[in-house]
Amino acid sequence: MFVLYRSLKYFVLLVWSAFVALPFLWALTTSFKTANGVVSGATYIPWLQYEPSLEGWKVLFRGEGKGIDIITPYLNSLTVTLSASFISLLLGTLAAYGLSRFSWRAGPIRNADITFFFISQRIMPPIVLSIPFFLMLRMLGLLDSRAGLVLVYIALLMPIVVWVMVDFFNNIPRELDETAMLDGCGPLETFWRVILPNCKPGLVVAGLFCIVFGWNDFFFAFILTFTETQLLPVAIVSLNSSVTPWWSLSASSLIAVVPLVILAFVIEKYLSSGNLAGAIK
Amino acid sequence: MSLILEAVGSMAEDQMHLADINLTFEKGAFYVVLGATLAGKTSLLRLLSGLDQPTSGAITMDGRNIVEVPVWKRRVSMVYQQFINYPHLDVRANIAFPLQRAGLPGDEIDARINEVTALLGIGELLRRRPGELSGGQQQRVALARSLVKNADLLLLDEPLVNLDYKLREQLRPEFRSLFGNNTSAIIVYSTTEPLEALMLGGRIIILDEGRVLQTGDVHEAFHNPACETVARVFNDPPMNMISADVAGERIILGDGLVLPRSGHLAGLPPGPCRIGIRANDLNLEQSAADDMELAAEVQLSEVNGSETYIHIHHNEVSWVVREDGVHSYALGSGIRIRFNPGRLFAFSSADGRLLAAPDNLVSGSAVMEG
Repeated sequence: MFVLYRSLKYFVLLVWSAFVALPFLWALTTSFKTANGVVSGATYIPWLQYEPSLEGWKVLFRGEGKGIDIITPYLNSLTVTLSASFISLLLGTLAAYGLSRFSWRAGPIRNADITFFFISQRIMPPIVLSIPFFLMLRMLGLLDSRAGLVLVYIALLMPIVVWVMVDFFNNIPRELDETAMLDGCGPLETFWRVILPNCKPGLVVAGLFCIVFGWNDFFFAFILTFTETQLLPVAIVSLNSSVTPWWSLSASSLIAVVPLVILAFVIEKYLSSGNLAGAIK
Repeated sequence: MSLILEAVGSMAEDQMHLADINLTFEKGAFYVVLGATLAGKTSLLRLLSGLDQPTSGAITMDGRNIVEVPVWKRRVSMVYQQFINYPHLDVRANIAFPLQRAGLPGDEIDARINEVTALLGIGELLRRRPGELSGGQQQRVALARSLVKNADLLLLDEPLVNLDYKLREQLRPEFRSLFGNNTSAIIVYSTTEPLEALMLGGRIIILDEGRVLQTGDVHEAFHNPACETVARVFNDPPMNMISADVAGERIILGDGLVLPRSGHLAGLPPGPCRIGIRANDLNLEQSAADDMELAAEVQLSEVNGSETYIHIHHNEVSWVVREDGVHSYALGSGIRIRFNPGRLFAFSSADGRLLAAPDNLVSGSAVMEG
């Protein structure tokens, strides 16, 4: 019985791992193929089954005078994603702390309503937001710029940060803030030295969400930029032409996924160290 | 140094938490705030700390109004009934936290931490996080963090209430020795338990429904409760009460138990009054010839530690008897209760004021002072 259970368990795990990992293997092999290699179906062993070529990779670095330069969009994406995530986390946690700890009233509007307004930003479909965003950025002269995209991403990401963090702050007893104040911390010092260190799980979740969203966003980057400022997802799509270049698309998506894989490893280490669990009893 | 509250009131969301509080706290003294749950003990301590502001009245320290001084600029410590420590810091860093914020030099911080951790017996735990400690250890850490600051005002809000019985028993005498030789601070300790107040000694402030009912020496207040409410709050179980009528040379309790109007009760004015007796002044055996006797019915008997509380009922009488040892009584069984008329309290039936208290030289309640 036990053996059966174990083999079943490993069978399920194996199938799932294959399900997750095989597309990567597929993309990897495809990136070294040429048109002939791609059309001959799913083949995995180089030299034996197909003739490997670096064509797909060269295209990304302006190989042989044609193709694109992937380095600039890559750096653009990194800059925009990290700036927007950092500012969203900073402003979002401060806003959430304020909403969790102080009573705000504006007529019939209370704390819960303000929190809801933040979240309600995300109820609208992106397409509805795109036109106002476009018009506002044009007014500010920030179309086709990294700063403009950072602003838009902050508007999209901060509600999520506020939403996640309000919940975390609400679960921290007020007596902890008070103890810090009794021990000589002013309000900002209390937040910075005592409350924030005890919200690491929330910060990690919110930060992860921000980075993944910013890095993967195609829609807003596509609509709000043209030629000057290209983000990675837009650059990848621009590879497409009348003949779909599967090899270079595969290569570029492999490059694009690298930062997220690194992030996953960092966070996994953080998770297993027990820093996330049980910060507050 | 003295901290004075004048006509202080506190309201929150249209609810009165404290009303017309006039109190003076002197440096070097130990104050016990006694009151039932929701009496306003925590509200009072929060006003003293500066965490909350009064809605009326003045709070002055050495003549200076301190209502506007923010908490982090005061020299106040507070121990909560929940065990509050910084979860992300180890025990040593927890205790060092207020000293670092005050900008003390490292060697002095070390010296103070060594002193306070030795005093509280937590020297072995310095590298642990609060989450890895038992409740008792966590509260010791919180206490250490509060003591290490040498604050002018140390507030303890029912610090033992969330600990188990054994730990409470162990920590109470420790508290007495910890606070016994305090000369520099005002210490305010709140509790719901009369026994705790009596063991800790010092001065008492008895609160009920947001008002101060009595202040003064703890034992003095125990022997002479200012009113019926104090008698109820300051006894566990609450003092047993019955209506009585003083007529001529007789006092008629309830539905006909007759006492001579003599001894400390001789001065009672004629007319109705309320008579009170402590649970441990009610006996099952006859101990003196002039004991009064009452037949009643057992409603409930509960064992608490090594004592038994018997709830008895007879017409108007609905009393609790405390008996040493563990006993069991059948529900509804008949029981005979004896008591010494010399142990009775008398209160005005009009305003609850104390009219007569037993002479405490023949104290039968010495047990409580253990």
